[in-house]
Parts: sequence; structure tokens; C-alpha cells
Amino acid sequence: MLNLNRLRPASNEGYLAWVLVVVIVTFSLLSDQFLTLQNLLDLSESYAVSGIFALGLFVVLVTGGIDISFAAVASVVQYAIATLAIHYGLTSPTGTILLAIAIGAVFGMINAILIYCLRIVSIIVTISMQSLLFGMLMWLTNGTSLYDLPEWLVTPLQVLPFNVGTQHYQIGLPLMVMLAVAGLTWLLLNKTHLGRQLFAVGGDQESARRIGIRVGVLHLFAYGYLGAMAAIGGLVQVYRVGEVVPNALVGGELDVLAAAVLGGASLNGGKGSVGGTLMGVFLIGLLKNGLNLIGVSNYFMNIVIGVVIVVAITVTHYKKRKETDVGFA
Amino acid sequence: MLTKTKSLKMKPLSSKSGGNGPRFNIDSTTLSLSLLLVLVIVGFSIAMPGRFFTDSTFMSVAFQLPELGLLTLAMFIPILSGGLNLCIIATSNLTSLLMAWVFLTWLPPQASLALQAVWLTVALVGAMILAIAIGMLTGALVAYVGAHPILVTLATMTMVNGIGIYLSRGAAISGMPDIVRYIGSDTLLGIPVPLIIFLATAVLIAVFLERTRLGKYIYMSGSNINATHFSGVNTHRVLIAIYVLSSMLCVIAGLVMMARFNSLAIILGGTDPFGGFGRVTGVVLSLIVLQVISTGLNLLNVSPHFSLAMWGAVLIVVLALKFFRQRFMQKRASRISAAKARAALP
Repeated sequence: MLNLNRLRPASNEGYLAWVLVVVIVTFSLLSDQFLTLQNLLDLSESYAVSGIFALGLFVVLVTGGIDISFAAVASVVQYAIATLAIHYGLTSPTGTILLAIAIGAVFGMINAILIYCLRIVSIIVTISMQSLLFGMLMWLTNGTSLYDLPEWLVTPLQVLPFNVGTQHYQIGLPLMVMLAVAGLTWLLLNKTHLGRQLFAVGGDQESARRIGIRVGVLHLFAYGYLGAMAAIGGLVQVYRVGEVVPNALVGGELDVLAAAVLGGASLNGGKGSVGGTLMGVFLIGLLKNGLNLIGVSNYFMNIVIGVVIVVAITVTHYKKRKETDVGFA
Repeated sequence: MLTKTKSLKMKPLSSKSGGNGPRFNIDSTTLSLSLLLVLVIVGFSIAMPGRFFTDSTFMSVAFQLPELGLLTLAMFIPILSGGLNLCIIATSNLTSLLMAWVFLTWLPPQASLALQAVWLTVALVGAMILAIAIGMLTGALVAYVGAHPILVTLATMTMVNGIGIYLSRGAAISGMPDIVRYIGSDTLLGIPVPLIIFLATAVLIAVFLERTRLGKYIYMSGSNINATHFSGVNTHRVLIAIYVLSSMLCVIAGLVMMARFNSLAIILGGTDPFGGFGRVTGVVLSLIVLQVISTGLNLLNVSPHFSLAMWGAVLIVVLALKFFRQRFMQKRASRISAAKARAALP
């Protein structure tokens, strides 16, 4: 049964989906290279790391917090793992991955402890943490990159290869990891007790506390989760580029944040969805890729991206604004 | 963030420059920041006997402070309102680009100083108009669309940056007239001109925030924008004014510098990032503290990355101390009131 009413967007994600459709159709008409399987696969591979970060950040945003330090955490984890592997003979892949996730989670939890126990606003703590971690990393390493990485980490794998006609394609590890992370985050937020509690804390922390939710523990979990995701994203980045550059990731935090918020997560907490977050990430990705393919100069690209973000913000927020006249979310 | 080139000038300077706000009654933030400043200066003086406590150190601080300070003020006003303006660097870059373009196209090479001053005014007015346009766009998006300021200013930042890069093709512009160089590097009565501009702006902003109706509205909007709205204030107009003002400060910052910023300085100065509180005095003092730290570390020949890490650490420690102090005061207050209640019992 075809019901046209279903096409009318009811939520932020709905509007965003329409923006995405418009972008995709426009670029498909303007460039015949855009809507090819290879291009889309390449695109999703290069934005997989941003996607993993954004999903982790989304969990923190749901609780009403914010974390800017994840890129610095990812860089520190990358460097620590690479150093351990090169100089201290850390060889076991499973051990390495678990260790990386543990380091990331610990950094995230340090943030959570500072935020919760000292009642400091999360953005300040995490900006300080970012400066601290990144400054120490650059100072101790002198900014040198590491290339001599263990084989198992940087050897390209064939993940889910498939053929269309005579062409050979593969889904690729980064995209698989991102999808797995997305699935995990979705399950966590929508199908578990913990997930509902996270949303409750984001909705109103005091109310959540009074109905018996342990807010401190949930903060620990949310920031720890982002730390773990930062570690995974960092490892995927190493796998993709085959080197560890200490300052490669830091500086892109705001783009990830913008993508997550564009996807419907509210900086006041309690709102958003996994699908919306991914749409936010890929909207920016599709835009950059499409503008490149239709030959827009790099100099002009930022203007277009800025305008599109403004339009997207207006489209996704306008209806909400008509409901509540003041404040911002 | 700290990779500025230092400009050491050997000229005398009266080293007292803090606490220029209009409020002379000292609150706890001002006091603790002054203490921190004294501590830092004494620490560095002991670490580097005869090298740190010199005129040149303070001259260097005085020349570097305005760069950061004006941008911090531009960030300070949106933060007061519970928002954030990520677009300030982009705005000051674009407006200074416009000013440079005015000078290079219209100003004859051998112009007299008076003519240069006239064109400087023209350029400033043009840059202000551009800044007002940017600010109104940002403010309108925040007020009428209702998106979070971080998101809005991220978008405008991308756009404004894009326009700047598109127009300049990423190239640096040189060949400024004498008067601009004078503003950047000369002294008036022994005080660097940038510092005079910064202090004058800081005093103006402080007076504006404390003594005018709009200033009070800005504080109110930061405390509770809904309550402000329902008490009859047109909060949409206040929000637009906030971002216009912030962008206009960027023009002054763009005139004085094109260096890089660190907006962290604001929070150290006692501005509650939830909005609604904070004084210009605190911001200026905390800027001085951070600048002295970075100059001192620079003199010690420490890597700028280490200074960055130190800024992060200082910030966390200061915030932690503030929290523990507050809790101590609260406990003491409740103890005192309990004792009073007991004493009042018959």
C-alpha cells in the first residue's frame, strides 16, 4: 500500500534524508562518475573513521555532555600501540586491539571523572585534556611519524569481496568496522536498559538521579565508550594509511561534532539517532566528493559546503523552531 | 596555539597593567587570579634569575597580549549568553583581508600620514559593515532557526573561511602602509599601541556590559533565555546584537593581529560556560597569566607543544581548585548557619 504521507518528514532525520537525496540526485545528474559503485565505496571507506568517531561522540552527546578530546586520544593510542609493537615486541593482534581499546577507555573515563566529580563543564575539561594529551604527544615524540608498523596491522585485507559483472569490488575493513560499531551503538542505545538510562540522563540529569539512575556510572560508561571508539577509529586509520602521524587526526574534531549535531544529536542531550549521525557524516562526505568530481575548485569548495550546512541546519531546525520560540537546541 | 613569534622590544614599561575593569570591588576570582599571577612571576624569576624579571619580558607580554585578548573578548560575549562563536578567527581574517585590499587598491604609495589615516578609517568602516553582515547572519540563524551556536558558527566559519581563501587564493598579502605598521609595533608614552587599543576596548566592553540595558539583557539571556524572553525582552534581537558585537570585535582583532588564538583564556577568567556570569576584569587577568606563562616557558626554551600541554594542565588544576574551594565555602557556610541555629535555640 502506497501512502504518500509517509514521505513527509516527521523528524530531523527525515528532513536530513531529503537533503541527502537532493544532494545525491544533483551530483548524479552533474557527474557520471559520482553514482558508481567504486566511488561510493571509496567515499564510505574514507569517511569510515569519521563515522566511528561520530558514533562514539553521539553516545556522549546523548548524555548531554560533549567531548573534544577524542582525536587526541586516538592519536595517543595509535602512537602507544605502534611504539609497543616496534620496541617492546607486542605481537598478538587480539592483545593489541584489546589493549588499544582499554587505553582509549581509560582516557575517556578520566574525562568522565573530572567532569562528574569536579562538576566542570565537559567542553572545558575535554578541551584542556585535548591540549594536554596532544601537547605531551607532540613534545615527547617531536612530531615524528612511525612507518615500521607490524605486518598484521597494515596489510590490506580482502573483506567481503564481490563481483558485479566483470568488475571486482570489496566492502573493505573500515566500512565493515564502522557498520559493526553502528550496529553495536544502535543496540546499546535502543535495546538495552543502559541505553534508555543514557537518554534519561541526557533529558534531565536531576530527574534521572532522583529515579535512581547512577549518573556518575553512566558518565563513566559514555565517555569510556567514546574513548574505546576513538581507539578503534585510530586503529582503522592506521590500517588505512599504513603509518602513524601524531598530528594527523587532531584538528578534525569540530567536523565530526558538526556531523553528529547535523544528524540530529542535540548538544543539550537526550536527542538523536544512530542513523541520523551516520547521515550527518556522509552528507559532508558526499558534498566534498561530489564537488570534487564536478570540478569545483578547492578554493571555492568551502563556501559551498558552508552554504549547504546552513541550508541543512535551517531545514532540519525550522519546524522545531515553530514549536518553541526561544532558546536553542 | 602558542607558536607565535616573539617580538622583543627593549623599551621601558610600567609593568602594572591588570585590573582595568570598571568594577573595583575585588571578587574572589580576581583575587585568586592575581595570586596566581604573582606566583607565576615569582616562580619564573626564581627559575631564571635576572633573565625573566626584565623590561623586555614584560614588553613582549604587552605586545603579544592584545592579539589574544581582542579575540578572547570577541569570544567572551557569546559565551556570556551561553553560546559560542567559532567564527571569530575566520571573521578577523576576512575583515583584515578587506582592509588590506582597500589599502593596496586605493591608497597611493607615497601618501602622507593624514591621507593614510583617512583611508584607515574608510577601511575600518568597510570592515565593520562586513562584520555586521556576518554577525547578523550568525545571530539570525541562532535566533530564528534555533540551531545551536556551535553548529551555526561552524557553518559560518566554513563559509567565511572559504570566502577568504577563495579571494586571496591562500596567498599572504604584504606591503601595508606605514600607519598599519605603526599600530602593530610602536609605543605611545612607553605603552605599546596594541595594548592601548586592547585596554580601551576592554574598558568599553566592560562598561557596556555592566552599565547598559543591552549589556544586562546579554547576562540575562545567558542565565535563562526563556525567562528573559517571557519577561518582555526581545531575545532574538539580543542574540543578533551579541553576534554582531562579537564580529565587530573581530575587526579590531584583525587590525591588530593575524596571529592565532586560544579561547581557553576566557574560561580561566571565571566565565561560567553555562552563561550568565563572568567579568571582563577576570578575562583580562587570566589572559595576562596565560601570556606570562607562555612567555616564561618560551624563555626557558621549552617546546611550544609542552606549553600547550601546560595550558591544559593549568586549566584543569585551576578548575579543580575552584571546585574544592567552592565546596569548602559551602560546607563552612552550612556549619556556621547550623551553629547559629543551635545558638538561637532557647
